Amino acid sequence: MTSPSPAHDERGNDARRLRHSDRTFLICFSVLAGSYLLLLVSTLVADLFYTSPGHLWHALQSAEIRYAIRLSLLSCTLTALLSLWVAVPIAYLMARLKFPGKGLADALLDIPIVLPPLVIGLSLLILFQTPPGRAVERWIPVTYAVPSVILAQFMVACAFAVRTLRATFDQISPRHEQVALTLGCSRSQAFWMVVLPEARRGVLTAGTLAWARALGEFGPILVFSGATRFKTEVLSTTVFLELSVGNLEAAVAVSLLMVAAAVAVLLLIRTQGLDSALGRPL
Amino acid sequence: MISLERVTVGVGGFELREISFSLRSGAYGVLMGRTGSGKTTLLEAICGLRSVRAGRIRLQSQDVTDLPPAARGIGFVPQEGALFSHLTVRQHLEFALVIRKWERERIRVRVGELAEWLGLEALLDRMPQGLSGGETQRVALGRALSFQPGVLCLDEPLSALDDDSRAGICAVLEGVRTRTGVTVLHITHNLAEAERLADTLLRLHHGSIDIQIPSASR
Repeated sequence: MTSPSPAHDERGNDARRLRHSDRTFLICFSVLAGSYLLLLVSTLVADLFYTSPGHLWHALQSAEIRYAIRLSLLSCTLTALLSLWVAVPIAYLMARLKFPGKGLADALLDIPIVLPPLVIGLSLLILFQTPPGRAVERWIPVTYAVPSVILAQFMVACAFAVRTLRATFDQISPRHEQVALTLGCSRSQAFWMVVLPEARRGVLTAGTLAWARALGEFGPILVFSGATRFKTEVLSTTVFLELSVGNLEAAVAVSLLMVAAAVAVLLLIRTQGLDSALGRPL
Repeated sequence: MISLERVTVGVGGFELREISFSLRSGAYGVLMGRTGSGKTTLLEAICGLRSVRAGRIRLQSQDVTDLPPAARGIGFVPQEGALFSHLTVRQHLEFALVIRKWERERIRVRVGELAEWLGLEALLDRMPQGLSGGETQRVALGRALSFQPGVLCLDEPLSALDDDSRAGICAVLEGVRTRTGVTVLHITHNLAEAERLADTLLRLHHGSIDIQIPSASR
């Protein structure tokens, strides 16, 4: 039997070195990823251990908190519907049309995502101090009233809905609506009969995200709507109000309600994603 | 009949200038040319999906240059079929007829005819996601022919198919003319496919069209 050649040894060493390097790379990335996940889970677990079913029950019995839950559900649902109503045409036009200033329009649509939330609230407050804003206020009281909650939520939620729907319409080949046009459709028929049904999962995802985003909105609501109990108090405001009076148990209990709602939304989106991957009709 | 008179059409910086050719009624024209030569752009212009910069397009003796796609009466089968993911095979065959407000019974009869001819009877209630490449193209063809158009435009309908499916669809396409009398314009890269189907061969080369009549069709 002949002994292995130097070239053979070298290949063996190279392979070992590569395997070692691959393993180190994966371990480093896994540790970094795992530590973030651990941080996320730890915060939720800490919340869970801080509260008890008694605290939760007590919070749910409070008339103020029940009002906040009702207003949150109502305002978030209206915000989600309003966001879809506006985001669908914006996203469709941005995905399909080329026009001068499209880059600028695209950047403007991101403003609510990048602006600090307090600045959004302040800007809304100032807008309704201008003559056109005051004119609207004479017909419908907005500032420090329920419509201001919806408008503050809508400003941010709609931007997220636009981003989601833009990606959805970008993924639907224009060929589909072109075929519909040759089959006898007008542009509007092609949109309602082909594009929108094909975008249904994206529309549902955008609506759900807008709802969840609206539920978590706090900064713009605090500035533009105030934090008046039985008037403009939503769940995020409740957490702030309960914290400010030192009632940490109630703040954590309400936070957990919001966590439960967020988890339900995430599960809904994941289920939709799974449906999409399986190609099943909804 | 398909007739193009000095048609200029472009996408961005690319332009096809003063293209002219004519296909008589009931002809099966196959358009060949290199990738990027502008075959699909020309087909889109004929279908009304891309506006022309100059020239006139006539279909069945009618000037359609300024008509929207819906008013041109063209059946269009794009590459990969482009089936609608939310409709069943039956709904695809009904789509153009529902738009045209045909009576329910007339639609049922027409869908039955198409399904029998294209071998889609067992697939009528299936969604497009589970269909094979050949089945997808048969549905796309049935959808395009459902409203009995005078012109059928096919954009590389066989390019994504395996050999067996390709032979099956070729046989269906051979029957299209005799069965429907439609004027066909078919884009392909495949010379064997062109020679089998074409009675007029159009070659798009350096921005102009050469017309050849294959020997088998003379």
